[in-house]
Amino acid sequence: MPATLAQPLNPALRDPAWTGRLFWFIALLILLVPAFVATEFRPWILLEPENLKVSSKFLGDFFPPETNPEFLLLIAKEAWRTIAIATAGTFLALVLAIPMTLISTRVLSISSLSGRMHLLPFAVRQVIRWILIILRSVPELIWALVFVRVVGLGPAAGVLAIGLTYSGMLGKVYTEILESGEHHVATNLMRNGSSRLQAFFYGVLPQNSTELTSYTVYRWECAIRASAVLGFVGAGGLGQQLDNSMRMFNGGEVATILIVFMFLVGLADLLSAWLRKVMQ
Amino acid sequence: MAQKGHAMMNPQANPWFRWNCSVCWVTLGLVLLTILSFWTLDLQLGRLFSVDSAKRMGRFLGELLSPDLRAIFLHKLWIAGLETLAMSAVGTILAAFFGLLLAIPASKSHANDPAHWRFLCRLVLNGLRSIPELVWAALILISAGLGPFAGTLALALHTTGVLGRLFSESIENAPQGAAQALRIQGASESQVFLYATLPTIIPQLMSYTLYRWENNIRAAAVLGVVGGGGLGQMLAFHMGLFQMQETSSILIAIILLVVLVDTMSYIARRLMSR
Repeated sequence: MPATLAQPLNPALRDPAWTGRLFWFIALLILLVPAFVATEFRPWILLEPENLKVSSKFLGDFFPPETNPEFLLLIAKEAWRTIAIATAGTFLALVLAIPMTLISTRVLSISSLSGRMHLLPFAVRQVIRWILIILRSVPELIWALVFVRVVGLGPAAGVLAIGLTYSGMLGKVYTEILESGEHHVATNLMRNGSSRLQAFFYGVLPQNSTELTSYTVYRWECAIRASAVLGFVGAGGLGQQLDNSMRMFNGGEVATILIVFMFLVGLADLLSAWLRKVMQ
Repeated sequence: MAQKGHAMMNPQANPWFRWNCSVCWVTLGLVLLTILSFWTLDLQLGRLFSVDSAKRMGRFLGELLSPDLRAIFLHKLWIAGLETLAMSAVGTILAAFFGLLLAIPASKSHANDPAHWRFLCRLVLNGLRSIPELVWAALILISAGLGPFAGTLALALHTTGVLGRLFSESIENAPQGAAQALRIQGASESQVFLYATLPTIIPQLMSYTLYRWENNIRAAAVLGVVGGGGLGQMLAFHMGLFQMQETSSILIAIILLVVLVDTMSYIARRLMSR
């Protein structure tokens, strides 16, 4: 805190919390030292002459960005593929998540209308919950690596990776949204003999639909970010092109792809914010 | 949907449609986007659901069920796991520091604050934020070489953007009472920040930082796939050599790490909200 140290301090006016803060600051530093060692944190290697030469040449190539029409067309195609992978992946996630939500939500339990839920439905719900946890705790990049091995290079791996991870996330959040809403309408309908699906469509869905859509749109935005990255492991899209250009040290192409990438992410961000506003 | 489709054909004739227009358009747009996506992607669904593919999937899953549990390998795995944790911690701390440094000029802290640097700093923060960690890692590899250092820097750069943005918002939304009182007494801007603004927002900054740390542990586990150290690098290495037993152990380790972090943060949040 340079501002306080600049002037001589009157001990009576000294900040009483000062020693405590200093202690915690030093304690944190000491705790972090092993972490710095483990991460081989040596910023000066960035400034070594050879590294500096390579990186400055690479960065120098960034300007001007590659604007060869052929290349731009290729990038436009890859950008569309990125969007398409994200959209198809989100759709797949929806297809997987909706039935799992319907099965796992406690709101639609008939046996729990009278006292406690029966053992079998309870077990089924727990199993689905665990499946959702497993689906979403494997990062999409890892799923993509696995699927590239199984179904080969290409967009299918990306779609499957996004679909599986996001179905876990969507399923969990959908269930939470449904269970946090009002249950009276649904319980009433089911008590009077309507089926669970009827109770869902007439009692649960109407009050929660905006929240459900807005979360889905938000996930779609996240999927665009993710699908741009999945290309690094061979799942198609902008990431793959970026990886190729980077391997060839072609700074101009990298710069163009990065610009398109930032533009795409920004666009998805704006679009998703707008969609969520419209859907309200 | 049929009703909406019909209404799409002549919007003028149906006032009900005009009133409800945006939602219909958006729904139609999303449906079209989905159809176009599947149509243009060339997913080779036939190959995906073929017997051959199912066999390969089965073999792969079978191989995954026999993890490598030798003590030497588990020790290596433990070291890589610690490396992943260290990467996420260092990356987050650096990001919190630089994020705060950038957030101060990026925020208009009171009504008369000229905030000359606001636009530029926001631009930098947005730039840092919009490039994902993985892309940063791939870029940094060129100058820093393979290893955890590149991954740490990548995490730090992306997280600086995220945290800087959040921090500058909390600075701008901080309650003005204490700051105004000090300012009227003639305190300098830095004193106002250190003794009024910072103490009021520090719990919020801490919770943002912890939340990002949680995210970064997950990100650090996969960053290595492009060569950024930790568990991910091991995974890419062993998977590239088709050593399925090792791959399987690493995958299990990553999943365990992610589940562990999620559970801890869930418990912590439960305890704090009580």
